[in-house]
Amino acid sequence: MAEQSMPPVEPAGTGPERLRVFLVDDHAMFRAGVRAELGAHVEVVGEASTVAEAVNRIAATAPDVVLLDVHMPDGGGRAVLEAMRRSHPQVRFLALSVSDSAEDVIGLIRAGARGYVTKTISPDELAAAVRRVADGDAVFSPRLAGFVLDAFAARPDAPVADPELDQLTNREREVLRLLARGYAYKEIARELYISIKTVETHVSNVLRKLQMSNRYELSRWAADRRLV
Amino acid sequence: MAAGVAAGIAEHLGVPVVRVRVAFMVLLGLSGLGLLLYAAFWAVVPLRPGDTAAPPRRDVGQLLPFVAIGLGVLLIQVMVFDSVGAAGTAGWLVAIIAVGAGVIWHQSAPERRRQWGESMPVPWLGAVIEESDRRAFVLRFVGGGVLVAVGIIGVAAVYSPAQNLDAVVNGVIFALVGLAGVGVVAAPVLWRTWNQLRSEREGRIREQERAELAAMVHDQVLHTLALIQRNASDVKTVQRLARGQERSLRNWLYKPTASPAERFAAALEQGAAEVEDTFAITVEAVVVGDRETDERVAALVAAAREALVNAARHAGVQTVSLYAEVEPDQVSVFVRDRGTGFDPDTVEDHRHGVRGSIVGRMRRHGGRAEIRSRPGEGTEVRLILPIPRDSATAERDK
Repeated sequence: MAEQSMPPVEPAGTGPERLRVFLVDDHAMFRAGVRAELGAHVEVVGEASTVAEAVNRIAATAPDVVLLDVHMPDGGGRAVLEAMRRSHPQVRFLALSVSDSAEDVIGLIRAGARGYVTKTISPDELAAAVRRVADGDAVFSPRLAGFVLDAFAARPDAPVADPELDQLTNREREVLRLLARGYAYKEIARELYISIKTVETHVSNVLRKLQMSNRYELSRWAADRRLV
Repeated sequence: MAAGVAAGIAEHLGVPVVRVRVAFMVLLGLSGLGLLLYAAFWAVVPLRPGDTAAPPRRDVGQLLPFVAIGLGVLLIQVMVFDSVGAAGTAGWLVAIIAVGAGVIWHQSAPERRRQWGESMPVPWLGAVIEESDRRAFVLRFVGGGVLVAVGIIGVAAVYSPAQNLDAVVNGVIFALVGLAGVGVVAAPVLWRTWNQLRSEREGRIREQERAELAAMVHDQVLHTLALIQRNASDVKTVQRLARGQERSLRNWLYKPTASPAERFAAALEQGAAEVEDTFAITVEAVVVGDRETDERVAALVAAAREALVNAARHAGVQTVSLYAEVEPDQVSVFVRDRGTGFDPDTVEDHRHGVRGSIVGRMRRHGGRAEIRSRPGEGTEVRLILPIPRDSATAERDK
């Protein structure tokens, strides 16, 4: 799935603000490929193939962005996120996976990833996604927006308002809907007559709400309703 | 008779039902013995006595458990009506032994009985384990065993020199201790065998799943890879094959299957898959919600498919977004590409694709279609189908 919602960015400069990126993936071939493709845009400061190795090396190298595989033999991206989030809040995580099932996507976002892209993404788009995440923005694919909408959709047969669950505002839902339709942030801003920054705020709020609703197992809920 | 016991026994023994019934009637005359026997057999005769696969044939051995149970019941009945002293006690005990033995004997299926005969010590366990309803079997088995042991000890006690209640009680206690000892010895073995059996069954299930996965991989993945090797120089073909394979694997791994004829989401995704395969593009489909299809929803799917085809043909892009949302009062579909775009005002009147297949079709079914496009900025087709209130509530009430 290509990440259409991101405008292409000019290759990051070679100056001192070159992004420091860390790769976590259990497939050496894939790491080599990403390193080769991203090398022009960012500085790859390290790689890890296991959860334990990742936790150690990320703490040692303190990168800006970690590209995180979701499925690994010993616990996967979620274990890394949970181990790192408290001790290193400044490190941002971008999940990079072959899976785009709702459980994986929402699970990783709820564990604290700032974005989620699939491995079919093109190198340029991946570089743009890394840049976005480093800047503090979220990277949402249309499919992820669809999952969130699905989970929050007020259905006739579902309880319409659950006070325990942070409801999305109408505006946030509108932004998600446009994202799911394949609009870029810039186009959403133009469509809704708001600024790009406001769009980014809405998207960040959606992410925050996904993480905050920890009393409510959103992913399980979605799975129970066969939204996966 | 009420519970079909006579028929069951008749089938079990391979004799006419009438004879069994007559026997019961005759026994009924003997101070209600028939009734007692009937109740006893009701309790012990298996629900489906004769396996249809095995031809019913007369087997005197099969009569044994019934004879034993019958004997026990008969003796109990005699005891109830005139129990006399020590002889009465002995009679009781013999009756208990007979019933216990009968129950144990009866619980084993004929083939298993034969196995027991062939190799005596081990097959007991085998018989225990093979029983499908193991817990019930063990319960009866142990119950029968206790009855037999109590009876035997009791007989020994009654006819022993001491001949008093203490001896009987002691005997029973010894028997229980003995049984407990046997239990302690046998339990680990039983437990281990049980575990082994369970893990074997789990292994079998896993093996089955593996086989299914292997079959799927063979039928689809390997064939696709072979095709890709043969068409390695044709980029379009390779992409099309790889995409189709990815889709089918994903569906197999993550998605519950639904019939495209019945569900909106499945129909839409099938349409998108067809366009992907035909035009070698990627359709990013996101469908929120689902509902049943009807004629109007089918028209919406057809219009969406046409919009996808247009995008694939004219936009000159590799990826088209498809977003659909089902709301209580409307179903909407958006098809968006970032291709060349066009000026909708300049579309000539004789071009029927958009006008007939999309706009016209939607209008005919009470919906509307909007096409937004500008040269250089791609195209978005918006299809909105309102769901009438009554139909929406009907859907909800289901």
